[in-house]
Amino acid sequence: MKSLGVRAGILSVVLFLAFCLVWQIAVTPSASSGPALDPEYAKLMGITTAGSQSAMPGPLEVMQKLWVALSDPFYDNGPNDKGLGLQLLYSIGRVAIGYGLAVLVAVPLGFLIGMSPLAYRALDPFIQVLKPISPLAWMPLALYTIKDSNLSAIFVIFICSVWPMLLNTAFGVGSVRKEWLNVARTLEVGAWRRAFTVILPAAAPTILTGMRISIGIAWLVIVAAEMLVGGTGIGYFVWNEWNNLSISNVIVGILMIGVVGMVLDLILARLQRRVTFPE
Amino acid sequence: MAEIDTKTAVPADPKFISIEGIARRYPKREGGVTTIFENLWLQVPRGEFVCIIGHSGCGKTSVLNILAGLEAPSEGAVIVDGQAISGPSLDRAVIFQGHALLPWRSVLGNVAYAVSSRWRKAGKTEVEERSRRFIELVGLKGSEQKKPAELSGGMRQRVGIARALSIEPKILLMDEPFSALDALTRGTLQDEVRRICLSTGQTVVMITHDVDEAIYLADKIVLMTNGPEAMVAEVVDNPLPKDRARDSIHRHEDYYTVRNHLVDFLVSRSRTFRDDKPAGYDTRRPPTVRLGSAAKVADAANTIPFPAAANGRD
Repeated sequence: MKSLGVRAGILSVVLFLAFCLVWQIAVTPSASSGPALDPEYAKLMGITTAGSQSAMPGPLEVMQKLWVALSDPFYDNGPNDKGLGLQLLYSIGRVAIGYGLAVLVAVPLGFLIGMSPLAYRALDPFIQVLKPISPLAWMPLALYTIKDSNLSAIFVIFICSVWPMLLNTAFGVGSVRKEWLNVARTLEVGAWRRAFTVILPAAAPTILTGMRISIGIAWLVIVAAEMLVGGTGIGYFVWNEWNNLSISNVIVGILMIGVVGMVLDLILARLQRRVTFPE
Repeated sequence: MAEIDTKTAVPADPKFISIEGIARRYPKREGGVTTIFENLWLQVPRGEFVCIIGHSGCGKTSVLNILAGLEAPSEGAVIVDGQAISGPSLDRAVIFQGHALLPWRSVLGNVAYAVSSRWRKAGKTEVEERSRRFIELVGLKGSEQKKPAELSGGMRQRVGIARALSIEPKILLMDEPFSALDALTRGTLQDEVRRICLSTGQTVVMITHDVDEAIYLADKIVLMTNGPEAMVAEVVDNPLPKDRARDSIHRHEDYYTVRNHLVDFLVSRSRTFRDDKPAGYDTRRPPTVRLGSAAKVADAANTIPFPAAANGRD
């Protein structure tokens, strides 16, 4: 009997191959049914798909494109032709700046809110109203006030990552076990030392949970934001490839968005594990 | 309370801890106030081990928290070594019921945290050396790098004891420190605490509801009546010799006299005491009770011999 991990791995590979097979069959034109395309749709697309060839690429074609994209990820042939890696770096850079600013604001502010039940109650209604606003709804306001599409995208990332971190930090700080605070009190530990040696480590797992939620949202939002503001980034890349009618590249873009999102989450998960303490 | 305790080696200071008329009240949800206790007076001489015994809800923990400075009394004051207390202090170490170790710190880290809080300017090696000494004292040598989660309940409480002792407090306060432990572990830890406190002449106030624990550890046992409006019914002078040992304590002629007295108190008198106070009861000077062989030689004015206290019960 093999271990669960090995068996799960085998099953994953089998599922992936099955998926590819179904995909390949679905896009392979059959002789009897003629053109796989809806005629109207084909007309809309300018009938570039000659005869029976579907515009939808098969897995092999996508893998080929992926190989091409990954073998030279950082070329730059002008605004409309940049390497996939370069586009991803633009997106990651925006997320890093917006998210970084959000961390710098949300964690200290959340700390203060968590320390003061009064501040927590007073600010709660604002947070509750601002939190559910789709970050993209801020876009017009950001574009109008900031007047710079790149900065607006960063602002949108900032505004969407700030809430989960703010709430989680405030909650984590507010629910530090009283007995730990009492230990600090009986040892006559000063406010600053208490904040850094008792409250911060005790709240760290909750704060990291907030940061992990935020990075997920930020990565979701950057793609949409870049589709709107254009210019650079993986979101723009996907939209641009759609305009080029290169579905293979669109799928490659989607795949990379997923991989990068996963890596970002893994990094935060690792940090989270580092600060989590067993009780 | 005027007698000088000749059994203790440390110079007696009968008012080392003086609880003077403290009260604890909570606002009731439906208005009005609940008085847990009021006008509570108690003195603890330097170097004595005092156990406060009583049912849940009699405010024992509140008394201890007030002594620790974690809670403020609604009325009255506590004077320690000539100074009214105004908050928590490194002079009064607390061993908490639920060990209260910082789970992200190792055993050494937890003790070192206390040591470096006490001696802020001490160097790292000095702090570590001192922490290790106290970890060794409680028998945890070799576990310095373990996290609290890797330790058993008894070992965690040992760390709590090491942490409290490492800052060399004037007073050690313990809130049912062994109540969450199994009987065997509890016994060993009681032995350790007794050994350490005897050798250092530590002044200790301990909350418990375990009669045997109180008899084994305490020099004096303070009996509190049921709450609300709890009061100190009496202070029982433990007649057992200072060099008592766990394996022979129950063969001492006074053992069951004391034990029965305490159990009787908890079973019935803790409930009825308030309506059935002995003549001349003064809340400022709760009577000291001497039991067994000690009662025969007792002649202090404020002492009720055991048979008199026993009257009303049998």
